[in-house]
Amino acid sequence: MASKRSQKADRIRHVMATEGDSVERNALGFNDGRYESVARLEDYDAYKDRARAIKEDAIERLPELIEAVRETVEANGGTVYVANDAADANRYVRELARERAAETVVKSKSMTTEEIDLNEHLEAEGCAVWETDLGEFVLQVADEAPSHLVAPAIHQSREEIATLFNERFEPEEPLETAQELTEFAREYLGERIEEADMGVTGANFVTADTGTIALVTSEGNARKTVAVPDTHVAVAGVEKIIPTFEDLQPFVELIARSGTGQDITSYVSLFSPPVSTPPVDFDDDEPIADDPNDREFHLVLLDNGRMAMRDDDQLRETLYCIRCSACANSCANFQSVGGHVFGGETYSGGIATGWEAGVHGQESADEFNDLCTGCSRCVNQCPVKIDIPWINTVVRNRRNRGADEGQLDFLVEGLTPDEEPAGLDLQKRFFGNFATLAKLGSATAPVSNWMANTPPSRLLMERVLGIDRRRELPTFERETFVEWFRNRDVPRPVDAEYHAVVYPDLYTNHVRTDRGKATVRTLEALGVAVEVPEVASSGRAPLSQGMIATAEGHAHEVSADLEPYLEAGYDVVVIEPSDLAMFRGEYERLLGGSRYESLADRSYEVFEYVYGLLENGTDPTPLRGGDAARGVGSDIAYHSHCQQRTLELEAYTTAVLDQLGYDVVTSDVECCGMAGSFGYKIEYYELSMDVGDRLGEQFETSDTADRTVVASGTSCLEQLDALLSRQPQHPISLVAPNGSD
Amino acid sequence: MATQLDTFETNLETVRTDVTRTTPAAFQETLAGVIDHPAVGASLPFEEVTLEGTDVTLEPTPDQLREATCGVTAAALGVADYGSVVLESTPAGAELAGLFPDRHVIVVRERDLVPDMAAAFERLGDRFRDGRDDAVLATGPSATADMGALVYGVHGPRETHAIVLEDNGE
Repeated sequence: MASKRSQKADRIRHVMATEGDSVERNALGFNDGRYESVARLEDYDAYKDRARAIKEDAIERLPELIEAVRETVEANGGTVYVANDAADANRYVRELARERAAETVVKSKSMTTEEIDLNEHLEAEGCAVWETDLGEFVLQVADEAPSHLVAPAIHQSREEIATLFNERFEPEEPLETAQELTEFAREYLGERIEEADMGVTGANFVTADTGTIALVTSEGNARKTVAVPDTHVAVAGVEKIIPTFEDLQPFVELIARSGTGQDITSYVSLFSPPVSTPPVDFDDDEPIADDPNDREFHLVLLDNGRMAMRDDDQLRETLYCIRCSACANSCANFQSVGGHVFGGETYSGGIATGWEAGVHGQESADEFNDLCTGCSRCVNQCPVKIDIPWINTVVRNRRNRGADEGQLDFLVEGLTPDEEPAGLDLQKRFFGNFATLAKLGSATAPVSNWMANTPPSRLLMERVLGIDRRRELPTFERETFVEWFRNRDVPRPVDAEYHAVVYPDLYTNHVRTDRGKATVRTLEALGVAVEVPEVASSGRAPLSQGMIATAEGHAHEVSADLEPYLEAGYDVVVIEPSDLAMFRGEYERLLGGSRYESLADRSYEVFEYVYGLLENGTDPTPLRGGDAARGVGSDIAYHSHCQQRTLELEAYTTAVLDQLGYDVVTSDVECCGMAGSFGYKIEYYELSMDVGDRLGEQFETSDTADRTVVASGTSCLEQLDALLSRQPQHPISLVAPNGSD
Repeated sequence: MATQLDTFETNLETVRTDVTRTTPAAFQETLAGVIDHPAVGASLPFEEVTLEGTDVTLEPTPDQLREATCGVTAAALGVADYGSVVLESTPAGAELAGLFPDRHVIVVRERDLVPDMAAAFERLGDRFRDGRDDAVLATGPSATADMGALVYGVHGPRETHAIVLEDNGE
């Protein structure tokens, strides 16, 4: 197990060193572009709702729509073939090539043909196959797999491409600039297109009512691939069908913005083949228009696991994906490693787990599924609103349940009162049961802290559990937050207008008790009657290890523990954003119904709650403002938490800090990279630090280097502590009135 | 208050497409000023203007298509919000003339402008169901960033130029 982890660490390190810079530059560029471009689109959210609704409807009615497409395409003069699997599709296209005696086949970019390895099958038929999309062409020459859904050669720099082309093609003058490389490829591929006997494209969308294939491109190669040869084969997954031509509109508005951050690509081709353009025979010298229009068109609709995904309540959402790559570009881990680490046989990024599990089988997703930390930044970026982290969690859960019988389970048996099968990866089991560990840690502190940090312990933890020795371990407090509250002798406010439970999340209760105490002092100073009862841990820890049954158990406990308070009119104030994200997000799936709603509706992030109090007229004077900090600490560098930002809660913290007279600058990275247990794991430690460096750099600029660093999440605080020499703190500790405790 | 034509023009420029406004009467003179030679094209489906009698070769041979540095074709619609044009494919090969040459001159009538994509798809839906069902929504020149930096002019045109036929010339 240990060597498997270190092999994985080696591979990640290698890819970060060789491809990381290009991937980072490109993914960040696309990501920034997306934010700018969707901000320019009026009705962005309404378009997302419409796009989602169209896809839900289309997948629901898919069998009927497949038949509708067959009818319209045949009425247009084409042929439709529904292929059960990759072999079936390849056999069909290969036979077409054989019948047409096709010597040269030109292709425009298609991930679906990557999925089925069509090129290899056509080459086996004796065809010369050419990728005409420049990114795909680079990969073809380099013999590499795509590292990105939209920009497949995202990992290659200009210099690397120049070296590759100069070695392979030996041009008279060595190629150097992007302009020269592009011109060379245009000319070279232009010749291939002129001699082509068959053109192969994918399809971004297929409309059932008009038999139209929509191709979203910018280079013009798809247009030429369709126009020049007299035979056109389009290979598309069955999920690409949408009911009507007009349904294309929201997708045309969304797809390029969501992907590369352009408002629209240069070309959105809307072809209802066989197309009316006459084919071009470059050996002929008659006017092109006089050519008899004897075009042939074949639409190959690929199942390859998709209909089974449609029947799978958890994987079905994957079929709504329009492969725009927003989930990859907005993913902090992807920004560091790209699709060669965060990807399977064909697909990459957040949604790849669903695709790979569906079309290539669970094993293809296993290797990279852990790269999704559940940070949730992709969720709001997805134009069809797919809950991508949930798909990743479900597949992780299935993988856990299919895991082999473990050898070392006895070691952590006492620490793992979970609902998971024997054989679950020990590391996952350890982190998933952090609640038990934390209780034990507090009960035996400070001895537990001394013991845990001895070199032999760290070595054992690294070997057995894969906990990286370079990470500092959390220090457990002997007196928990709940105990502190119970033991203190402070009268409750009489006739308080607001009553709130401060949720004692695992870290606040056992490790970072200070932020809990600060929250209580803050709320009480603002006149809120506060309670801190014993409440179960949220289930975030097991959920992030894919231990869904265990997480569900936690959710039910939390709900039961809080129910009497909710019934008595209490609000629930949550300090840890990842737990609030559970209450508002995953609990819908884990609890459902009214139990979910009553908790979700009444739970608030701590600054969201303070903001609400101040907005409703509560006097902020008792809080420590920027002036009270007397210059020290009045200038803030604030890093919000990934899930907090997804819930759109960052603004409450900055608004309150502003109101109290602090000068606040904020980070704009997607995630700190720590992500709960992720940054502790030996196979991911270096990746976690690489992601963290993007945040660290933002807080080491001339404007930020002297600022007090605050962050909302436990993980973020730990990561910032590792990245910076300054000690970060939770913003509530900054504004809370001084306490005697 | 900007007119729809103003918006269209501004957005065309944003997507690197030059614009010349003209009237049907001045069309051929305007065209002569913006095309490169040799030029190929497809006859314009408009009553008010024609490419007959210009230097543009209609119904080119494959060689003429390959050698052309400029292509002249009509746009069925212009989408003001995006600076996009709708290029319909025709049996005479309009798609080819607007795709192969380095420079694409697009002729669009002011009356064929629509404000946004919603309006464009409404119009196109009817056309597509009527059988005029191959079109490209083209926005600016062809482009790629696959070679490490943004480059214009990949498989399609490097330069795009719109000639807008104003309504008030009638």
